[in-house]
Amino acid sequence: MTKEEIREAVLEILSDIEPDEDLTGLKDDVSFRDQMDLDSMSFLDIVMELRRRYKVEIPEEEYTALNSMNSTVEYLAPKMADIVK
Amino acid sequence: MERVVITGIGLTAPNGNTLGEFRQALLEGRGGIQDYEIRYFGKTHAGLCNYDAQKYQTKKELRRGTRAGSIAIYCSHEAVNDSGLDWDSVDRSRVGVYIGVTEHGNVETENEVYNISKFDYDTSMWTHFHNPRTVANNPAGEVTVNMKISGPHYCLGAACAAGNTGLIQGMQMLQLQECDVALAGGISESVHTFGIFAAFNNQGALASHAESVKASRPLDKNRNGIVVSEGGCMYVLERLSDAQARGAKIYGEIVGYNINSDATDFVLPNPERQAECIVNALKKANLQPQDIDIVNLHATGTHSGDIQECSGLRKVFVDCPKTHFNATKGFIGHAMGAAGALELAGNLPAFEDGMCHACLNIDELDEECALPNLVIDAPKKLENARYILNTSFGMLGINSVVIIKKFEE
Repeated sequence: MTKEEIREAVLEILSDIEPDEDLTGLKDDVSFRDQMDLDSMSFLDIVMELRRRYKVEIPEEEYTALNSMNSTVEYLAPKMADIVK
Repeated sequence: MERVVITGIGLTAPNGNTLGEFRQALLEGRGGIQDYEIRYFGKTHAGLCNYDAQKYQTKKELRRGTRAGSIAIYCSHEAVNDSGLDWDSVDRSRVGVYIGVTEHGNVETENEVYNISKFDYDTSMWTHFHNPRTVANNPAGEVTVNMKISGPHYCLGAACAAGNTGLIQGMQMLQLQECDVALAGGISESVHTFGIFAAFNNQGALASHAESVKASRPLDKNRNGIVVSEGGCMYVLERLSDAQARGAKIYGEIVGYNINSDATDFVLPNPERQAECIVNALKKANLQPQDIDIVNLHATGTHSGDIQECSGLRKVFVDCPKTHFNATKGFIGHAMGAAGALELAGNLPAFEDGMCHACLNIDELDEECALPNLVIDAPKKLENARYILNTSFGMLGINSVVIIKKFEE
């Protein structure tokens, strides 16, 4: 998957787990927490959905990589490079 | 002990999402059973609720929570709104939430096992929401989170007697000064588990009929089992002194109650113990059987259960010319943990309009279920409706009875 495809995949997950949020104006360089009503369960949700949908494993000590859209895409790019969309 | 009264009612049933809608359907003879299909089991009948789940919850809350929680939250908000309490000024640390449930967690567990079956049963795919969704206090807990209530909350597991036990618990906690407002009642979301249908079916106790709306037919000669339904009914209970101090509308006073156990069988009812439960409730209320105007049967529609129950009632209600009997499950099926609370609510407006609603789907009364003054075809106007006795019985032999009196100073 390209970085753009990964971004779309993350956006899709976010819209599923945060169905009340309007994500059209999401700023990629600002942390998710500053733009959305996310809690610790929400981040576990993101991790779970990446595992279920793309078989991507994220170790607990690396959860901080899921801070913003930019940091998330950068972190996931090597892990998802071989996935054919 | 201080007197405890009902000051608010919120409900959802397969044939109504407010007390007014529900009562109207009962008086007009409109049932709410429909065709239903569920994973693994296939086609059957069920009572489903169509309340507006987003009225009091965000989509995120609904996604994280349970159907049981959603029903409980809807009913609790509706009850508080109905009570006229100024919720913003209520001390939430003095509100208690007591919810009767038949079971809890089966829906979520079945769903999750199904979900991981698509991943070769890899438990790393098991949702982290499983535990908060399946803890036994879930529906009551979701109510406290949603409504910012910091008083006590828990659920009472009491099989199909649960709706009444929620009410009884709320009343007792008010009398013990453990809370000032009790949100109490019962809920059920069991229609979303295939297990309950499969188990009743394998027990020979699941109803089937060519027309779904006729499938639930307690006391009818051709009844052939239970129709499972979802639903909920929550009451606002207050001590009489508090209710009067704020000029609250009072639906009725809880004057008698009892819970006992058959101590005989896992599933078969025991009419002697059921009768004993009713007699004990009458004693606590200082009443005679002749004083009761309406008795609401549990009557689920199983062949032997209805016969046993009626034999117990005939032992208690001897020479009671003004006592009338009705049953609600012909309309809404068996709403499990909600049944007792919902069925009581369906009768409470009788204090105002004097009407005893009829049963539904008794085309040919089973002689073994005959009771004097059983209201079968059409609602009946009573001379005076002052006392309603509501029965609810459940598996493992749990029996519950509440007696509500029309409010008098």
